[in-house]
Amino acid sequence: MKFTEKDLQKANEIIARYPADRSKSALLPILHIAQDANGGWLTVEAMDAVAELLKITKIEVYEVASFYSMYNLKPVGKYVFEFCQTGPCNIQGVKDVIKYTEKKLGVKEGEITADGLFSWKRVECLGACGYAPMMQLGEHFKEHLTAEKIDAIIDEYRKKAVALN
Amino acid sequence: MSRKLLIDKAHIAGIETFEVYRKEGGYQAAEKALKTMTPDEVTEEVKKSGLKGRGGAGFPMGMKWSFLAKPEGVPRYLVCNADESEPGTFKDRFLMEKVPHIFIEGLIISSYALGANTCYIYIRGEYAWIAKILERTIAEAKANGFLGKNILGKGFDLEIYVHRGAGAYICGEETALLESLEGKRGNPRMKPPFPAVKGLYGCPTVVNNVESLTAVVPIINLGGSEYAKIGTEKSTGTKLISASGNINKPGVYEIELGISVEDFVMSYEYCGGIKNGKKLKACVPGGSSVPILPHDLLFKTAKGDTRLMSYESMSDGGFATGSMIGSGGFIVYDEDQCIVENTYNFTRFYRHESCGQCSPCREGTGWMEKVLHRLDNGNGKIEDIDLLWDIQRKIEGNTICPLGDAAAWPVAAAIRHFREEFEWHVTHPKEAMERNYGLRKNIFVAPASA
Ligand SMILES: Cc1cc2nc3c(=O)[nH]c(=O)nc-3n(C[C@H](O)[C@H](O)[C@H](O)COP(=O)(O)O)c2cc1C
Ligand code: SF4
Ligand code: FES
Repeated sequence: MKFTEKDLQKANEIIARYPADRSKSALLPILHIAQDANGGWLTVEAMDAVAELLKITKIEVYEVASFYSMYNLKPVGKYVFEFCQTGPCNIQGVKDVIKYTEKKLGVKEGEITADGLFSWKRVECLGACGYAPMMQLGEHFKEHLTAEKIDAIIDEYRKKAVALN
Repeated sequence: MSRKLLIDKAHIAGIETFEVYRKEGGYQAAEKALKTMTPDEVTEEVKKSGLKGRGGAGFPMGMKWSFLAKPEGVPRYLVCNADESEPGTFKDRFLMEKVPHIFIEGLIISSYALGANTCYIYIRGEYAWIAKILERTIAEAKANGFLGKNILGKGFDLEIYVHRGAGAYICGEETALLESLEGKRGNPRMKPPFPAVKGLYGCPTVVNNVESLTAVVPIINLGGSEYAKIGTEKSTGTKLISASGNINKPGVYEIELGISVEDFVMSYEYCGGIKNGKKLKACVPGGSSVPILPHDLLFKTAKGDTRLMSYESMSDGGFATGSMIGSGGFIVYDEDQCIVENTYNFTRFYRHESCGQCSPCREGTGWMEKVLHRLDNGNGKIEDIDLLWDIQRKIEGNTICPLGDAAAWPVAAAIRHFREEFEWHVTHPKEAMERNYGLRKNIFVAPASA
C-alpha cells in the first residue's frame, strides 16, 4: 500500500501537532487514514507503510493495531453494521435487531455478503444509550433501530454502492 | 425550571458558529480571564466554585489544578478527556456537538490558568463526525484571535488539537489515555507519579473531562463564589445527566445538583416517568460502574430521607444502600428487566475492556463472565452466587487502575440487592430462560467467550 499525495499531506499535518521527537503520537490518527485508504481494514503492508512513515518499528504498529477495536485486521464489508450490545441497548432489544439483520443479510458476525457490500459485528457502548438500539455505520450513528429501518438502510446503501461504481 | 449554565443556549439556531455564539455573549469569559486576571486568579475562582470533576471520580478540579508541577523550562499540557465510553454516558457528546464554542472557550481559559501552550482533546474514535465539528470550531476561534499566537494581545499562545482514539474503554482512564496519546497501547500506568508531575511525554499534565472544563466558562462569568451558590453546599453547580433505559424521555438534561431523584425520574421536565405505564425496578445512576439501586432505595435513602441528585445524597448509605453520581449516566430499568442478564452484560463488557495487565482484573472478569453466563442461561448452581461474590471481592482494590473495581462493584451490588432473583434463576431455569429469551423474544443468545 502506498499513501496518496492527499493522504500524505494529511498525515504530515497530523504529525506536526506533536513535538518533533514525539511523532509516534500520530500513530492512531494515521492508522485511521491507512485503514480508510485500504477498504476498511489494515493489511500488514498498510501497517508497514505507517511504520515507515513514522520511523518506528513494525512491531510497534502491530502491537497498537491489535489493541484497539476500531482497527480491522481482517477484510470487512464495504459497509459495516456495528451494533452496540451493551446494557442500555440490550434492554431496548438490540438482540432482535441483530437477529433480523443476520437473517436478512444471510451472513454471520464477521462474514461478508457475497457482493462484498455488507458485514456486521457487535461492539460496546457507543455513547448513544438514550437513542437505543443503535449501530455505527461508517462515520455515522443510526439510532432507534427497527426491522423497517434496517431494511431501509440496506436499500439505501445498496443504491449508494451502485451510484459509486 | 432548574438553572442551566452549559446548554442553556443549545436551542439557538446557529449557536455552533462563532458569529452567533459571540453575539450571544460567548468568549466574554475568555476576555475577562485573559485581560483582567492572572492565571493563579483563574485557578482561585475554580477552587472557590467547588466544582467536582464531571468524568466520574468527582475529584475537586481546583485542587487538581493546584497540584500541577511548574518546573522552569518544561512544557505543561492540558489534556481534555473526551473518551466518553462508560456505558450509559452520552453527555459530553451533546456539548461538543451542539455547543462546541463554549467547550473550546473553557479549554482556552483552563489552558491559560495552567500555563499550557498546547492542549489535546482525546476524543473516542467512534465520534468521527464530532472530531470534525471540533476542528471547524477551533479554526473559527483561531481566525477570530482566540487561539494561536499572542491571544488578545496578552502574550499567551495556545494551540488546541483534536486526537482521535480507536475504540478502547480503558483509554478513558487518565494514564491509559496518556499512553494512547503517545501512540501506544492503552495500558494504565502505576501511580505515583501522578500526571500532574509526570504526564504526557513525562511533562506536568492536567487531565479533565469535557464537562468539567466547559464549566469553567460560567465559573469565570459568575465568579467562583456565585457559582458555588448553585446546587448544594457539597455539590455545587449544574451537572449534565444522560438518561436512558425504560423511561418516556431519554436524553441529556442539565440539572441543578440537589433536585430530588424522584423529580428527575418522574417529572415531565426530565425523564417523564417509566415507559408504558410499567413499574420502576432499579436504576444505575452514574454509569455502568456504579452500584445498582433497587427502586425502594432510589427515591429515598435507607434512613428515609429524600434522595437527591447530588454527590453526597447519591452515596448516602455507602455501598450497602447507596450508589454514586459517577459520570451522570443514568440507566433506568422497569419491572420486565432481568438483573442477572444485565449483570452478565456489564461483566462481559469489563472482561472485553480489561487491558490484561493485572491478573485479578484479567482473570477475575473472565471468571465472573463465565459464571454469570451460566446463571443467565439457566445452567447455574446455588453456589455460583457465593462464588461470584468471592471473585469480585478478590478483584476490588488489587489492581493498577480502577477498572477492576468498576467491574467488581456492579456484581457486588446486584447480588446484594437482588440475590433472590439470582436464586430464582437457579431454581427455575426454564422459567428464567423463557422470561429472558422467550417472552421477550430475545432468542439470540450470545456465545460465552473463551
Ligand atoms: C476505566 C475508566 C474509564 C474512564 N473513562 C472516562 C471517560 O470516558 N471520560 C472521562 O472524563 N473520565 C473517565 N475516567 C476518569 C478519568 O480517569 C479521570 O478521572 C477524569 O478524566 C478526570 O477528569 P475530571 O476530574 O474532570 O472528571 C475513567 C476512569 C476509569 C478508571
Ligand atoms: S485493573 Fe484491569 S484495566 Fe486496569 S490496569 Fe489492571 S488489568 Fe488493566
Ligand atoms: S449502550 Fe448502546 S450506545 Fe450506550
